[in-house]
Amino acid sequence: MDACANLTGHGCGIILASIINGTMTGAVYALVALGLTLIYGVLHIINFAHGTLLMLAMYGVFFLNQIVGVDPYMAMPVILVAAFLFGYGLQRYVIGKTSHGRDEITLLVTLGVSIVIENLALFFFTANERNIRVPYELAGIDLGVTYLLVTQMAAFGAALLITATLWMFMSASDTGRAIRAVAKERQGARLVGINVEHIFALSFGIGTACVGAAAALLAPRFAISPRIGYTFVLIAFTVVVLGGMGSFVGALVGGFIIGIAESVGGLFLGESLGQITISLIFILILLLRPSGLFGEKLR
Amino acid sequence: MRAGQRTAVALGALAAMLAMPLVVTSGFWMDFLILTLFVGVLGQGWNILGGYGGQLSFGHAVFFGTGAYVQAILQTQYGWNPWLAITPAVLAGVLVGAFIGYLSFRYGLRGSYFALITLAFAEAFRVLATSIEITEGGQGIYLRLNRDPDQAITMLQFASGVGYYYMILALTVVALLVAWWIEHSRFGAQLMAVRENEDAAEALGIDAFAVKMRAICISAALTASAGVFYVQKFLLMDPFIAFGPGKSVEALVAPIIGGMGTIFGPLLGSIVLHGVGELTKALTAAAGIDHPGLDLVIYGILLVLMLAFLPSGLMGLLRRRARPARSAEHA
Repeated sequence: MDACANLTGHGCGIILASIINGTMTGAVYALVALGLTLIYGVLHIINFAHGTLLMLAMYGVFFLNQIVGVDPYMAMPVILVAAFLFGYGLQRYVIGKTSHGRDEITLLVTLGVSIVIENLALFFFTANERNIRVPYELAGIDLGVTYLLVTQMAAFGAALLITATLWMFMSASDTGRAIRAVAKERQGARLVGINVEHIFALSFGIGTACVGAAAALLAPRFAISPRIGYTFVLIAFTVVVLGGMGSFVGALVGGFIIGIAESVGGLFLGESLGQITISLIFILILLLRPSGLFGEKLR
Repeated sequence: MRAGQRTAVALGALAAMLAMPLVVTSGFWMDFLILTLFVGVLGQGWNILGGYGGQLSFGHAVFFGTGAYVQAILQTQYGWNPWLAITPAVLAGVLVGAFIGYLSFRYGLRGSYFALITLAFAEAFRVLATSIEITEGGQGIYLRLNRDPDQAITMLQFASGVGYYYMILALTVVALLVAWWIEHSRFGAQLMAVRENEDAAEALGIDAFAVKMRAICISAALTASAGVFYVQKFLLMDPFIAFGPGKSVEALVAPIIGGMGTIFGPLLGSIVLHGVGELTKALTAAAGIDHPGLDLVIYGILLVLMLAFLPSGLMGLLRRRARPARSAEHA
């Protein structure tokens, strides 16, 4: 019996293993949440369709794999670009046209969009769960306390890399500067000649592209079905609210916290009840600190 | 219309609804009517808080599911008579409403944040219902079928749709009366003032917290009673039906399409939704396509179109049409 077992009933090794696993998943949660927080930060809308777009992108990865035989990771560039264009169009021609300036209405519009996409997916792809089989799905390294899969490590590494790239893009490029200008001061940005509608759609597109990248990283490990979007949108909301709406660092830290909390919660509460950890964190953060860990004070 | 005329029209409509089973004899159309009225009640529950109070909930299933589960559990596990179970079931819904309302409103959650927290509560309840023993986990609860015609009333189970029709019609009347009372009472005026501008309402001396608490309790009671009806009609309840996103979405789409914050909006929205839904099913069946989900696609499209072009719903459209006539009357 080690110290952890005396305290918690689970050995240190098992707890450590679940923390490591949670960290790996957390990086992908961070990537999904990054897209959501970017959209919120710039447009000030809560995109309820975010999870559904992830689901759609995962189907994209799946069909590229099944029909063309593309490896999920190799599919990432294609999905990334497709997701970007889809997100750009969705904001510019649907969501942007329907918002009347009230953020609850926009939330309802994105809910409507997610209902449409989810049920179209149900119609065309059926409710059957799909799995992508990759030759390296069981490959990995033995850490002693746990066996770390290659797919887990790839997701972790790639998610961090994409996050870093996006951060550099936002801070150093002209477009990134324009996006930040619009996020800070809409009217001012318009006055200096920035096309605000274009920047809105661009941000929505980049946010959706994050989801496209995440889809390629998740597809080898998660069963794909039309309902998966709902699960992921709740996780993404929790991460974003925990980290602070609109905060990049927050999304990253929040992703890791939620990934670990989910995995450790599952260990202590059992697989079924463990899922409640995320909802409870979500409720507590909303009540006690709705501005999150790194967010600015709410309006 | 003057008050007397209105009462006459309302009584006439009620008489027509009471006589409906004489005209509608097919099981299909009876079920259509029952489900339409059911979603009307569900939507009215949402409308009290969301439409009149401006507190948009994304997780109204939490009240529906609580009412439904208590109604089912008291019968299956404790052998209660369904009539006796109704009061605790509705009260349980109110209790959950008071709990969520107290936390959310005390901590000042507004707008999208309120929507998100209701969603989170519904999800937490769903996980809980899947995991604990009393709800029989993910497989759900099945009520014992009792089709003895002599016990139909005492056991609240009917062999034909007519019994259920009158049951949901009674609930519909209650829901409409509640909405009518909201529109004509001091409390309703305060609630709408809070919706329009909470800070201004408080400045006028309205206790916004108390008003919102009352609204969420009434809203939860109506929604829970819809859950009670659902259990008696379908004799089953599982975590996904109870607390999944489906019922939350139905509850808000109907009043948004019909008209938020109006007496007949939720019912009108439900009629349109189910009409379009059945039409879609009939058309796709005629075209030889047999897949679920297409009617929900249409719901989603209707929701977006309504929000974009007619945020005040169909009732708003009707009112806009009615206005010139009224001004002519005054002249």
